[in-house]
This record gives sequence, structure tokens and C-alpha cells, in this order.
Amino acid sequence: MGIVKALKGDTGGQVMLAVLLVVTLVVPVLNLAVPETSFWHVSTYTVTLLGKYLTYALLAVAVDLVWGYLGILSLGHGAFFALGGYAMGMYLMRQIGDRGVYGDPLLPDFMVFLNWKELPWFWNGFDMFWFAALMAILVPGVLAYVFGYLAFRSRVTGVYLSIITQALTYALMLAFFRNEMGFGGNNGLTDFKELLGFDLQSDGTRAGLFIASAAALALGYLACRMIVTSRLGRVAVAIRDAESRTRFIGYRVERVKVAIFAFSAMLAGVAGALYVPQVGIINPGEFSPLNSIELVIWVAVGGRATLYGAVVGALMVNYGKSTFTAMFPEAWLFALGALFVLVTLLLPRGIAGWLPARRAG
Amino acid sequence: MGGQVERWQYLNPGKTLAETLDISHTTLLYVEGVTVSFDGFRALNDLSFYVDVGELRCVIGPNGAGKTTMMDVITGKTRPDAGYVFFGQSINLLELDEPRIAQAGIGRKFQKPTVFEQHQVYENLELAMAGDKRVWPTLTARLSGAQRDRIDEVLGIIGLRDHAWRPAGALSHGQKQWLEIGMLLMQDPLLLLVDEPVAGMTHQEMDRTAELLLSLEGKHSVVVVEHDMDFVRSIAKRVTVLHQGSVLAEGSMDEVQHDPRVVEVYLGE
Ligand SMILES: Nc1ncnc2c1ncn2[C@@H]1O[C@H](COP(=O)(O)OP(=O)(O)OP(=O)(O)O)[C@@H](O)[C@H]1O
Ligand SMILES: [Mg+2]
Repeated sequence: MGIVKALKGDTGGQVMLAVLLVVTLVVPVLNLAVPETSFWHVSTYTVTLLGKYLTYALLAVAVDLVWGYLGILSLGHGAFFALGGYAMGMYLMRQIGDRGVYGDPLLPDFMVFLNWKELPWFWNGFDMFWFAALMAILVPGVLAYVFGYLAFRSRVTGVYLSIITQALTYALMLAFFRNEMGFGGNNGLTDFKELLGFDLQSDGTRAGLFIASAAALALGYLACRMIVTSRLGRVAVAIRDAESRTRFIGYRVERVKVAIFAFSAMLAGVAGALYVPQVGIINPGEFSPLNSIELVIWVAVGGRATLYGAVVGALMVNYGKSTFTAMFPEAWLFALGALFVLVTLLLPRGIAGWLPARRAG
Repeated sequence: MGGQVERWQYLNPGKTLAETLDISHTTLLYVEGVTVSFDGFRALNDLSFYVDVGELRCVIGPNGAGKTTMMDVITGKTRPDAGYVFFGQSINLLELDEPRIAQAGIGRKFQKPTVFEQHQVYENLELAMAGDKRVWPTLTARLSGAQRDRIDEVLGIIGLRDHAWRPAGALSHGQKQWLEIGMLLMQDPLLLLVDEPVAGMTHQEMDRTAELLLSLEGKHSVVVVEHDMDFVRSIAKRVTVLHQGSVLAEGSMDEVQHDPRVVEVYLGE
């Protein structure tokens, strides 16, 4: 039905999803069932690293949806990712219960440390997983909706829009750094113990999070494919290429933009929520403007407006980053900058444009 | 900017803008006393211009007379400094934005042909097609058999059937002009504003364009801006001459051509 249609002609996406399926089935088995002494054993460290990459890939798909297909170069998507991460982090904090250093049954350690007597109102409900999961999607979605509504209604486009998205994530970073905000300030949220009763340090939980990340990526990818292959997707490309013309044939451009932008932010929120339990911490550094720029580079490297290119770009650049920073910890930013320049000059359509597969559209 | 018409619409649930149109007075478009200034320069100067229901009107005038600016005002691209623009008796176009004006039933072909270059010819027509253009209905939209037939019919009319699956960016200039006219037809507007439709066309293509525009007369009101006098003569019933942002003369082609003021303006060029 819809899935088949959404993947029609998308060779790159079909290959990507097939590989993803195989990896998702095989890796947990190699981790859990194959003894550590075996050559085939995959370490839990690797499983978690892969899971983290998959959440990055989902984030990159979200960015490609708005940048590749709608022409909005968002340099603030890291903010939506971080907000999703904080929502999950708040749940994980409350799961700690009285096992914190100070042993307060209700208040997380950092609040006790700040001498707070009661839980701030916005921490209510986060003891329930469903509520936190909902917030991880809703908060980024609503923020993107309000932000997009204001920006697109005033017809802010191009570089100016990119700049205010940077300002958005920067402002959030400064706000979350403040202790009074009630999100753990500088240190953020960490020392998590359990998720839905499962020990976060156990191999099984790690494998489960990895599988959940793969499933989220696959579903997010399919949802984006359904959008870009629908008439709405064609309207989005029309807006990207000739915005004012699209208005003259009767489309409310602002509404299309805000809807797709908010959806993309929700995907980023899901990615952030899956990222946090795997890395074990969320702090204001995730809002860093640099993060948002970096993830745009993933998409550029992979190939804009292909969706699967975003996945490939996110995986490759992050794999490169892990290996590179292990060897030359200081030089990563230079390497990233050089990579961006090279791709822009030599592979303007990214890896996907260079692959023999047909261009999706 | 939420317009008057829009605000009253709750009294009329289920009625679209196009359905609130009131043309009981046989005049479809009223442009009255419109002035547009760009940095002190008056591109339109107290312009008044009326179009009847079903009429085909030609607008001529030297370069810079304000023809395109007039279309910009009618379609919401440019806001005038003074004046009124009404669509029928009740729809105040100055209170609506571009998409609402399009939905009310005004379609436009631009002087510089603008089509969606990355999309196939077929998709260009699909996007232009009249219908519910809100976000959710657009996401779930499927082409019905009747809609496919209509697109196919328009492809035939504009002679691009063999190019239906090519990207619009690959078309020649004349073909893009045709595609844009096709997009207008798909919109099925009451009023068509057509800015220089035959620029870059061969004589045969011009003849076909003339035929097409004439065939629309009666069902639709059409305003054609054109510099090619032979073309204007081949379709015109009434001609309006614009000069320096206002109407210089109006009448049949013969009357206008022999009007001494018009002769002066054109010879003075
Ligand atoms: N956005 C703008 N800013 C400044 N001046 C403008 C703008 N748009 C139009 N003008 C000026 O207004 C005048 C009328 O322009 P308009 O395009 O309406 O003329 P036109 O009758 O369509 O001419 P042509 O036959 O060359 O298409 C011109 O002198 C033009 O330079
Ligand atoms: Mg003009």
C-alpha cells in the first residue's frame, strides 16, 4: 500500500532500509548470543555507538526534509533534538527515585544541591514514560510551530531565516545553562539508572535501545518518503524553487512550511529522546549552534533532497568523526570544514548524487 | 490582514471565497483610483479600469506604462497607496493575500514565464489544478479519473502531450509560455490575467494562442497584455491603452488606433 508507493523508484532508500534491517537483526544477536571470546562478537560499546549514529541519521533525515525539499536551511535543528533529549532525561531522572546521592524520593540530586524544597511544576508528569515520550515530540513540535508561524508569516527566508534559527538554539543553550531554569544547569541531567524498569547498563537494554533507534529511523524515513511523494511534497519543492509562484496558484505557502517544519522538529525530538538513554547524559552543550551546523554538513555530504543521502552522510561523517578524534582530538573542526568545502566543490549533490542510483524526486 | 470577506465567512460556513462572489452587476473586476508609487515614481497614477463578466480585454501601452504593475495590484503582489480593487460586488481584493486571491478565482500568467522547473510538465498542471489546497487535503490528495482526463485534455490543448513527463525546465521558452497558460486553465479561474503570452512564439504558435484565448471568452473574463499589435488585432474586441500609469484611451482597436493621443504616444517613442 502506502509504503510500497512511497519507496517506488527510491533505489537508494530501498537499499538503505534493507541494510538497516539486516544490521538490526544481526547485531543484537552477535552481541547477546555470541560469546565475547568469539571473533564474531560485537561489543556492547559498539552496539551503543551504532544506536547513537542511528539517532543522528534520523535527525539528518528531519533536516533534509526541510532543507532539501522545502528549501529552509535550518541551522537550529539541534535545538529540537536537545529538547526531545531533555524530555527523556527528565523521565530518566525521576526514575532514579531515592537512589540518588542525597536519597530524596522526589527531588533529583541537583535540586537538593540547590536547596530546592519542591519539584518545579514543569517536572510533574515526567515520572510517567508515556507523558515524557509525548513531551519529547510535542515540545519540539509546538516550538517549531510557533517559531515557524512567526518567521514564515513575516516572510523571513534564506540567510535571515538560517540566522534566526541559530539564534533560537543559542538562546536555548544560554537558558538551559542557568541553574534557575531547573534543568540541571551546566551539568545537565545524568546518572540515569533505569528506563521502563530496565537497567540502562545491561546489554539487553542497550540492544533494545539500538533496535528502537533503528525502528524509529525506518519509520521516520518512510513517513518522510510518504510526504515527499505526496502532492504536498511536490508543493514543497515548488515552494523551494518558486515560492511566490506557488502563492499565485492558491497555496498558503506559510502553512505548508510551518506544517512540514513542525513535523521535522518532532522527528528531531524523537531522535533526541532515543539518543539520551544511550549516551547517558544530556546537557546544554547539545544546544550549541555548532551542532546544528554540523548536522547540516552531514546532509550536504550525503546529498540533499534524497533522504537516504542524509542517512548515509550522518553515518559516514560520524564514523569519520569517531575515528578521527581518536587520532587527532584537536583537529576535528578543521577536518569537518575541509570536508564541507571539498563536498561543495567536488560533489555538489553529495554522495547520493555521485552514486549511480537514480535521483529521487 | 484577515480580510473582511474572510471574517464574515463564519456566517456562511462551507462557502468558499469563490462562492461568495457577487457579479449581479455584470462587472467582474473594479480597479478604481489606484495609485502605486515606487520611491516617489508613480507607476500607477489614479488608474481606473473595469472588466465585464466573460469579456476578453486587451491592454496595450509602451514599456513602463504600468501594465504589469496593474496585474501585481490585482493579484496581491503589490499593495497600492490609494484606490479600491473589487472582485465582483463583495470581494475586496486589497484585503486578501495572493493565495486567497487565487482561490477567489483570479489566475495569472507572468510576463517572464515561471513554471516549476524541477517538476514534470504533468506535475506542474497537477499542482495548478483547482481544488482544496489546504495542507492536509493536499497531503492525502489522489488524482481522480476525471482529474486525469482534465490534465490530459489540457496537455492536448497546449500541445505538450509528448512532453508530459519531461521536467518543465527542459522546455523551450515558447513551450514554457504554453505550460503556464495550461496551468491557468487547470486553475479554472473566472478572471485570467495574461501578461505577454506570445513573446518568443512562432507565428503558428501565436495563431493557436489567439484561438485558445478566444475560446475562453464568454466562460471566463480574460485580460491580455501584449505588445504584438498583429496579435492584439487578431483577438481584440475592446482595447485599453495605458500610458504613464493611467488609461489614455479605450475602445475598439480601430478607434484606439486612430486616437490622436495614442498615435502621439506611440510615435513619440
Ligand atoms: N518593484 C519596483 N520597484 C521600482 N520600480 C518599479 C517596480 N516595478 C515596476 N517599476 C517601475 O514601474 C513602471 C511600470 O512598470 P511595469 O512593469 O508595470 O510596466 P509595463 O507596462 O508592464 O512595461 P513592459 O511593457 O516593459 O512590461 C516602470 O517604470 C518600472 O520601472
Ligand atoms: Mg510588463
